[in-house]
Amino acid sequence: MTLWLTLAVNSIALGGLLFLLSSGFSLIFGLMRIPNLMHGSFFMLGAYLGVTLLAKGVNFWLAALASAAAMAVIGGLIERFLLRRLAGEQLAQVLLTLGFAFIVGDVCLMLWTGDPWQPATPDHLRGVVKMAGLHFPLYRLVIVIVAVLIAVGLWLLIDWTRVGAMIRAGVDDPAIARVVGIKVSRLFTLVFALGAALAAFGGVMGAPYLSVYPGLDFEILPLALIVVILGGTGSLLGALVGSFLIGAVYNFGQAMLPDLAYVILFLPMLLILVLRPQGLFGRVVS
Amino acid sequence: MSVASPQRVGTAAAVLVLASLPVWVGNSYYVNIASQILLWAILALALNILVGYAGLTSLGHAGLFAMAGYTAAMLLGAGHNHLVSDVVAIVVTLATTAVFAVLALRATGIGFLMITLAIGQIQWGIAYRWVGLTNGDNGIVVSTRPAPLSISLAGAGAFYLATLIVFLTAVATMAVFARSPFGAALRGTRDQARRMTALGYNVWLIRFLAILFSGFWSGVAGLLFIYYNQFISPQVVSLTTSAEALLMVISGGSGTLMGPIVGAAIVVVMKNVASAYIERWNLVLGVIFILIISFMPEGLVPGSARLCRAAWRRLPWGQSPTIDDPAGSMRGGLTSRRMREHAP
Repeated sequence: MTLWLTLAVNSIALGGLLFLLSSGFSLIFGLMRIPNLMHGSFFMLGAYLGVTLLAKGVNFWLAALASAAAMAVIGGLIERFLLRRLAGEQLAQVLLTLGFAFIVGDVCLMLWTGDPWQPATPDHLRGVVKMAGLHFPLYRLVIVIVAVLIAVGLWLLIDWTRVGAMIRAGVDDPAIARVVGIKVSRLFTLVFALGAALAAFGGVMGAPYLSVYPGLDFEILPLALIVVILGGTGSLLGALVGSFLIGAVYNFGQAMLPDLAYVILFLPMLLILVLRPQGLFGRVVS
Repeated sequence: MSVASPQRVGTAAAVLVLASLPVWVGNSYYVNIASQILLWAILALALNILVGYAGLTSLGHAGLFAMAGYTAAMLLGAGHNHLVSDVVAIVVTLATTAVFAVLALRATGIGFLMITLAIGQIQWGIAYRWVGLTNGDNGIVVSTRPAPLSISLAGAGAFYLATLIVFLTAVATMAVFARSPFGAALRGTRDQARRMTALGYNVWLIRFLAILFSGFWSGVAGLLFIYYNQFISPQVVSLTTSAEALLMVISGGSGTLMGPIVGAAIVVVMKNVASAYIERWNLVLGVIFILIISFMPEGLVPGSARLCRAAWRRLPWGQSPTIDDPAGSMRGGLTSRRMREHAP
């Protein structure tokens, strides 16, 4: 019984982490239709930066925010100066981001060596919370709370603010949006930077839990991909539900079929592709 | 085309040069590099069927390549003979390719690419994590090379010639394929899928068969790979391999017969040269990707051909009546032509 509960708690925590990763991917790939194959690299590089700051004694939240800010700048620059020139040419964008992903992976290996880095859970987030007679590790609860806060924040931003409406307009019909005075290009740079920042933030949040190691980028990228395919492209709710679903599948898979845990992760995606290709919450594109 | 057209003479000369390569190269190190180029060229040609002719970009071909390699390596390890192992490996690869095709063809364009990427990663996960089946990171050793017609392929020269025969067969089938009505129909589905449907073609089936054809040659390349290296490990299934294959196709020029071959030669030579000086092959790979996308998006073979044609026309006797592509279609080979139909 406790095993199942532990698994359930871990599932929710991993789900939260996956949402931090895939919400940015959902914005960049789902909303803006940029096939960003360096999203896992944002996650990994962000985690490495955060871990380095933590090792220098920086406060955990400060480190996470600083890493997110750094990645927002890097992401923004890449979008503004390279991806922009390839607007609408998705294959070229794939190759460009893939090229960058290889470079980031190799540079990280050079700078941070091949050994995994796992920072200690920060002091004030250690410990256990007692709820309804059950014990929950505080840190995992914090991950979930942060993920839910970000989900609500993004939802409010995209669906309920003027900027969100402008972003949606820019995605649906960039030409008309420009005619009515929306600076679509600048908005896209901002959204891309936001997506990169979210991935980096998730990377730092995940570091005490997953640790950071070479190859994490391409291991985590498909997870963002499955979450978005599962939830439906462009749907934040889909990304949230998909994240928790995948978190559960991974944890229960790991407990029951450890050899195949990574493979089982992909089963929901395959099922959804066959049964409902637009994803759980995706709208059918005419 | 006359019997002695320049093209045929050129082809015959190229085959002669390739066939006599072990004699004039001598050094077995370089002969081995030539074998590597040929076997990777087969994979690149296979991928080119999808990227160049079908307009479907796959980032999961390492999975198909390795599926044949792993299956054969496991069967050989279990004591089966080469013929049985290889035939079963190809059949298994075709079956995998069929599943791969059914899933990936739920989408086109970028969705197709993302699904193939995910499927490729599943196969990597199996090779790396399912230690009981695949021996995990330690890989599988293939102890012997086959000896067809009791000719041993253990030596570098003999293996090269065997690879060359398979390579020439692959090139010949690709050439026939590209000129066949089926090849034309496939190009039709790339450029105008809706019109092809309206004309009564089964677009899905055409794409499905093209993927099977591509999977077959990927599997053959995978078999040559394990016989060449006599070893296979999860490294082969990684995204890097798929990306390298794609780089071969794109750098040489997709949708041409020579492009992927030239691309394979460039990538293999660079990989060998680069790894002699630095360990950072992935870094080099990434930089090449970015440079090609930025400066020669249509690939080296069509790019050079364009430059040659332009130079020829400047010469006083070179006034050719053909209308050249407008400069604006430069990137067309890479994406826009293909993506146009997916635009709403």
